[in-house]
Amino acid sequence: MLLVLILIPLLLGGLAFAVRSNLKRPWLLPIGGAAHLIGTSVVLLGNAPATEGAWLGLDPLNKVVLGFLSLLFFLCSVYARGYLVSRPNQPNRVFTASLLAFLGMLTLAVEAQHLGLMWVAIESCTLSSAPLLYFNQNPRSLEATWKYLLIGSVGIALALLGSYFLAYSALHGGMSTSLFFRDLVHEAPHLSHPWLRAAFILLFVGYGTKMGLAPMHTWKPDAYGEAPGLVGALLAGGLTTVAFLAVLRFFQICSAAHDVAFARSMMVTIGLFSMAVAAVFMVRQRDYKRMLAYSSVEHMGILVLGIGIGGAGIFGSLLHLINNGLTKGVLFLAAANIHRCYGSKRVEDVSGAIRRLPITGALFLAGFFAITGSPPFGPFFSEFTILRAAVAAGRFWVAGLFLVMLFVVFVGMSATVFAVVQGEPSAKAKASSYKDSFFTVAPIIVFLSLVLLLGVYVPPPLSRALHTAAAFIEMNP
Amino acid sequence: MHNLVGPLLVVVLLFNLFLLGTSRLQAVINASATQGVLLGILTLCVHEGFSTWMVLITIVTILVKGVLIPGMLLRAIRDAAIRREIEPFIGFLPCLLLGALGTGASLIFARTLPLAKEHVGSLLVPAAMATVWTGFLVLTTRRKAINQVVGYLVLENGIYIMGLTLLHAMPFMVEMGVLLDLFVGIFVMGIILNHIRREFSSLDTAHLSALKE
Repeated sequence: MLLVLILIPLLLGGLAFAVRSNLKRPWLLPIGGAAHLIGTSVVLLGNAPATEGAWLGLDPLNKVVLGFLSLLFFLCSVYARGYLVSRPNQPNRVFTASLLAFLGMLTLAVEAQHLGLMWVAIESCTLSSAPLLYFNQNPRSLEATWKYLLIGSVGIALALLGSYFLAYSALHGGMSTSLFFRDLVHEAPHLSHPWLRAAFILLFVGYGTKMGLAPMHTWKPDAYGEAPGLVGALLAGGLTTVAFLAVLRFFQICSAAHDVAFARSMMVTIGLFSMAVAAVFMVRQRDYKRMLAYSSVEHMGILVLGIGIGGAGIFGSLLHLINNGLTKGVLFLAAANIHRCYGSKRVEDVSGAIRRLPITGALFLAGFFAITGSPPFGPFFSEFTILRAAVAAGRFWVAGLFLVMLFVVFVGMSATVFAVVQGEPSAKAKASSYKDSFFTVAPIIVFLSLVLLLGVYVPPPLSRALHTAAAFIEMNP
Repeated sequence: MHNLVGPLLVVVLLFNLFLLGTSRLQAVINASATQGVLLGILTLCVHEGFSTWMVLITIVTILVKGVLIPGMLLRAIRDAAIRREIEPFIGFLPCLLLGALGTGASLIFARTLPLAKEHVGSLLVPAAMATVWTGFLVLTTRRKAINQVVGYLVLENGIYIMGLTLLHAMPFMVEMGVLLDLFVGIFVMGIILNHIRREFSSLDTAHLSALKE
């Protein structure tokens, strides 16, 4: 069954090449997304065996991630159908196929239980997403794709070197070098510590590049700025999540080896640094899509910060993973609608979004309040959990810096967002033929409702799953 | 065969320095290709005893790293009619010095690491680090897109050398994955290179600077 989840999107992706009509082809996306979501629900809720040989399998951690990714992709795929149909003259054959292949590779990366297989899968995610960035086929999107591939490949190369170091630390420990995660965790106490530390640094930097942590984030503003909004949502919620999952797996190995203090301090430092860099670039940001990219850098920082703090912070971080991904769905898709309507992503050209596009404009504004941690939305709850964990651990400096940075981001982001939302729409925007439609608005409304729901009430099954996953990472079942 | 490992790695290290000091793109590409072929031969030398699987890996390594990718890059520079790296961000001589320093540092650093007993005194680990360092230097200091791809290839070569320390213990799946990924990665980069050329009629990444703060 786990294998089926990977194969369905790949097969549909192949089918995309066979469909001739530019208008019918996008239907494959919601079909693939729905099939994947149904399959995932069956796997997660049913009693089907949760392994597929030794290579693929589910554990408490990737169960949460798999469910979240499947939902995210489904909602984006509904939007994608509306988006592609609204641009009938832009060829979408490669785009549709790549999007489905991307889903297949994401699923493989989540389910992989082997160090090497996971690495191959994450590299394939990068490759299959490169054509998505190049959808508009202009010099700017080309530049973004070039940076994305080059920086991403270097990151993934470092991750491979880190994997070799980890394998070497097992070899040096005199163990059979099995690179299945469960064996690595099981035998972790015997790993050679100097090699393990070197491995963690490389793996963290390598997969951190994919996550977009500062200072390895430089591909992100370009990629998110130039790609269609739905690709931004999928990268910010999907690709980064898979890279974060990889980091968590290595953190777990360090926990099991009782050598975790060093990893923690590294994560706290990089986490705060990412937030600081994002805050600096978000103040007076004139491009609202690049602003969202920096917001993604900030929230990746919050994720690793939560893990670095530990205790309740790990639970908070996992919850924030979901909250951030869903809120980014709201923001990127709403920003994409505004971009379609105004034909520009510069603040100078865009104003009065809430008059010209009442629904999209309101959703964009609500998404802004959600992502900056205003109650009653989900991110408030998860950020508050991380803050409380920092205070409980006696790390007042970390807690203080965290709060300051959140405040700066709020102020910086609000200037850009209000400039977009308020005021009088330009004549060009009034003349634009773009209208909100079911396909381009309904997914955003669902995203926002989920963010709101998670803010007021975390359903007990989800809460249980997250607590189990947190205990799994910290190795205290 | 095993006593060839040291001399071969020394040649790889010499090519590193050559790569750092040369401006002619064709020479740089050929140097990285030769490194690829050397790595293929190294695989056979590190592996004691003969097996069909090993020979297969060797052949695939030589084909991909030594023939296929360099061939693509050579074609790209011929089509775009570019010959030299004109003005790197850091000059060739400082780069060469940095490379030499890095090689020395990796030799010293590798001694401080705890090595498995079969690798004590072997050049594999320091050569891997030095080559990774060289790749980084080329990648970050050169302006031409082609040179950046070569830098990435050298980086991957270094990682491959590190992989050789695990040859006995690690399943070959991963090794094959490495080659495949390398191929696909460069393949996609090759396509992108073509697009860059068509859009900007040159392969200089200085043109790729519209996006910044």
